Amino acid sequence: MSGIISARAWGKVWAYRSTFLLGLLNTVETAIFAILLALVLGVIFGLMATSGKKILQVISRVYVEIMQNTPILLQLCFFYYALAFSGHSIGILPTGIVALGVYTGAYMAEVVRAGIEAVPKGQFEAAMSQGFTYVERMYYIILPQSIKIILPPMVNQIVNLIKNTSCLYIIGGADLISLTYSFVTGENTGGAYAPAYLVSGLLFFIICYPLSKTASVWEIHLKKRDQRVLFQRTEGTVTDNE
Amino acid sequence: MIRLENVCKNFGDLQVLKNVNLEVKEGEKLVIIGPSGSGKSTTVRCMNFLEEPTSGHVYIDGQKLTHANKTKIIRESISMVFQQFNLYPHMTVLKNLTIAPMKLHHKSKKEAEDLAYHYLDVVGLRDKAHVYPTTLSGGQQQRIAIARALCAQTKIILFDEPTSALDPETIQEVLDVMIKLAKENITMVVVTHEMGFARQVADRVVFMADGQIIEEGTPDHFFENPSNERVKQFLGKIIR
Repeated sequence: MSGIISARAWGKVWAYRSTFLLGLLNTVETAIFAILLALVLGVIFGLMATSGKKILQVISRVYVEIMQNTPILLQLCFFYYALAFSGHSIGILPTGIVALGVYTGAYMAEVVRAGIEAVPKGQFEAAMSQGFTYVERMYYIILPQSIKIILPPMVNQIVNLIKNTSCLYIIGGADLISLTYSFVTGENTGGAYAPAYLVSGLLFFIICYPLSKTASVWEIHLKKRDQRVLFQRTEGTVTDNE
Repeated sequence: MIRLENVCKNFGDLQVLKNVNLEVKEGEKLVIIGPSGSGKSTTVRCMNFLEEPTSGHVYIDGQKLTHANKTKIIRESISMVFQQFNLYPHMTVLKNLTIAPMKLHHKSKKEAEDLAYHYLDVVGLRDKAHVYPTTLSGGQQQRIAIARALCAQTKIILFDEPTSALDPETIQEVLDVMIKLAKENITMVVVTHEMGFARQVADRVVFMADGQIIEEGTPDHFFENPSNERVKQFLGKIIR
């Protein structure tokens, strides 16, 4: 058992640095494709949730609730083994991409829905009263206003997705966590637990921290701006709605 | 120009409009008044299908308005001015005015901007072309909203309580613009509590209560000797 200060253990990690880099590469690659899938699903189901069409709203709701209320590990295993046993295995990385994308897509859908719902009803009505179609309305009027509300939580979901690539371990993936685990338990390489997990954690941190930081700075900036707008608007908007 | 035929509108169990029949002629200035909750706003909102009637029909220029053709008909024939202005906050005033003409009416940028400046002159706010709407006062925002409606060059403009959200001192600047518009051949339907305005510009006044049209007539008939007791009561309270 090599401790955190063992030069031998650190030397071993250094010697096998390409393993960690390969893991990082696989994690990033999985994450990028999964993010793209999650974004597409998030926009589609987010729009469905705000469409006002009952059937579309129900479909979106069911998808979101199922994904958010079952563990990602279970979804991953279910998907992987269901495909494997029906003879349609698509490989571990693609499975990971699809499972993570579909899982995170549910959270993205909620983010998109909240962003659209934050735009005042009057904006939809003004656009409708000018004769914009649904797509034009969303594209020119609504989404440009919700994008600022959507982006910070969306980045947080992207960070979660990157961390969740560690779940690929359960189906024998080649992501950073899985390779780190193989490394510390391997016959020739085993033992360097502390240094290996520190390096692995550092690699995750280097990728995730700048993203989370961007999101939180963004959010603070947004709140300040909203306060300014609110201040400007306190004059002359007493409502007497019928 | 606009015809409502047996229009009913329910919100859940609440019956907001009960068999409203109304015809507005081309170029007519129709003012709808009545107590809060009487269905005035819902009536104008049915005219451009912001509310689709539960039953009954709406005809624009003889054409029956349906869910399928509403976007096209609205685009060509109807504009609206809202109580809360509803300008697009992420666009400058000029962009607010040019977006629909450019994207929906296929005008070039130059044509759309010329049009926008022309109507900014009409509402007296040419110097505000490049600012964002939230920096303007309520009265100025509403004048911009009127200019936006004019840029669509539709024959009909609906006004849903255009001065109800304004400070008392900015109400008149908006009314002045509307009085100016009333001299053009635009069909105007105005929901308002401004009796002075109704008197001055209306060709016809419609009084609504409890989701029905109780009385209609010329402003003179209406304000001088209304026959309906409910109207008398209302006018007695509102005219000082």
